[in-house]
Amino acid sequence: MLEETIKGYIIKRLFLLLPLLLGITLLTFSLTKALPGDPALSLVGERTSPEVIESIRRELHTDQNFFVQYLCYIRLLLKGEFGRSYYTNRKVLYDLMNKFPNTLLLAFGAMLVAVPVGISLGFVSAMRRGTAVDRGISSLSVLGISLPVFWSGLLIMLFLSLKLRLLPPSGMGDWRFLIMPAITLSLPALATLTRISRTTLIDLLDLPYVRTARAMGIREYKVKGIHVFKNALIPLVTVVGLDFGSYLNGAVLTETIFGWDGIGRFAMDGIIKRDYPVIIGCIIVGTVMYVFINLLVDIFYHYFDPRVRLYSDNG
Amino acid sequence: MVKIILSVLVVIILSSILAPLISPFNPEEINLDELKQSPSLRHPLGTDNKGRDILSRILYGGRISISVAISAAVLSMGIGLMVGLFAGYVGGKIDTSIMLVVDLILAFPSLLLAIGISVILPPGIYTVMIAIASVGWASFARIIRGNVVSYREAPFIEAARAMGCSHTRTLLIHLLPQCLPLVVVMMGLRLGGYILTEASLSFLGLGAQPPMPSWGSMVSAHRVFIVSAPWMVVFPGLAIAVTSLCFNMLGDALRDRFGLKITG
Repeated sequence: MLEETIKGYIIKRLFLLLPLLLGITLLTFSLTKALPGDPALSLVGERTSPEVIESIRRELHTDQNFFVQYLCYIRLLLKGEFGRSYYTNRKVLYDLMNKFPNTLLLAFGAMLVAVPVGISLGFVSAMRRGTAVDRGISSLSVLGISLPVFWSGLLIMLFLSLKLRLLPPSGMGDWRFLIMPAITLSLPALATLTRISRTTLIDLLDLPYVRTARAMGIREYKVKGIHVFKNALIPLVTVVGLDFGSYLNGAVLTETIFGWDGIGRFAMDGIIKRDYPVIIGCIIVGTVMYVFINLLVDIFYHYFDPRVRLYSDNG
Repeated sequence: MVKIILSVLVVIILSSILAPLISPFNPEEINLDELKQSPSLRHPLGTDNKGRDILSRILYGGRISISVAISAAVLSMGIGLMVGLFAGYVGGKIDTSIMLVVDLILAFPSLLLAIGISVILPPGIYTVMIAIASVGWASFARIIRGNVVSYREAPFIEAARAMGCSHTRTLLIHLLPQCLPLVVVMMGLRLGGYILTEASLSFLGLGAQPPMPSWGSMVSAHRVFIVSAPWMVVFPGLAIAVTSLCFNMLGDALRDRFGLKITG
């Protein structure tokens, strides 16, 4: 019975993905249309052979109406035809595939810092509500969401690498290259997570079941550590997942500063050179990745919290 | 605490408005005799690689950064308020489809969408405003709509309708005031983020174009000098951080004052 509702839910969610994906592609298609010059040229680059341009032009059906053109565009995308870079003349998809794992590695590195540190700080803050510790952590977390990533990254680089010479300043290589960009990227997410886990825990501490647990004589550290913490984890997982968007936003800036060879820096290079196929390719891959991670988070949430399962079936 | 935050904000905003009167140098004047000077009495925050006074550039840059963030916030709020009020009041299928669009926009990573918009429009401050607002209105709309829905069936709205108020009057005179505290708090909470988004877009070269100074583009242009002349990077970034911090703290304080629960 439960198994079936989850299956049904996943199918429902996959169905809801359709308008989202349509929205994304419609946006990028409009971008392609809005660009100056020939859309076929902007898709493949000017250095391509005339036959290829002619065939793309035929596939785009530039003589047909908007709707037909859009359908043809989607067919091209499904074939993996994201166009070629104006500058390197390499397929955008090829570069995206190469750089994607690097961005993923960076994002997971950042998560590895943000999730344990953020949740523990929020936990400590909630347990010591109203004390100097709480105020200190809360102030730090406001500071965390206020710092521009590109600036805090540069400062971290200045101190850890250029002054203290502990780590390599930028580039790709072994794990030591990952530390600074991962810490930089984690800062805003860490701060958000601290704030949210603090409020979540404080809300839970006021609930009747906590009072019951205390009245039953369960030791305070067990009440907080087990009963409250376990219930706080589910909403926090959602936050961690939803925050993935901020990792993608931050990746553009962080990767640029630290010379990390991921999608973010690829996008930045594209912006600087006005390399439109690259920019659009990055937008498509970034948003699609984000949407799918949201979906996974939702399914996880649905699976682990029976209350959500019940309520969402009613509406 | 709120008083301290407010006074810092007033100082920042006033010094940006009064930049032409109080800044010691012309922010765009290149002086080849004073390249990359460290902070001194003559140049309290030093000079950049073209000999321009950093303090003057930060003061002028503040005009751009703050006014862009505030305009973007007002624009987002205006659109979000209209959409949220309408969707919440009308309800039904129209409401559902409007909220689908809102969710669609909220599902995009905001900076990527803003980058997309900045690609179509030529880079500049108006593009940044439009880019921020075209993403930002959705979160306003969602929260305001939720608020309207919670009041739609309230007795005082029923009473207003029974007394013969038109829909427009009910919306504007009776429902709108219920949303105002929420709107004020949201503005405070969002402004800090918009300062950062403006700075990020400028950092990426999509915002104010040189020689016009803006905080984000100053950090971007000077980051190669981080070792030889750290003040060129530290001070503009500090301006962004302090301004954003003040708005965020103000937003938090307002939220606690009104006893509202909004995250982020």
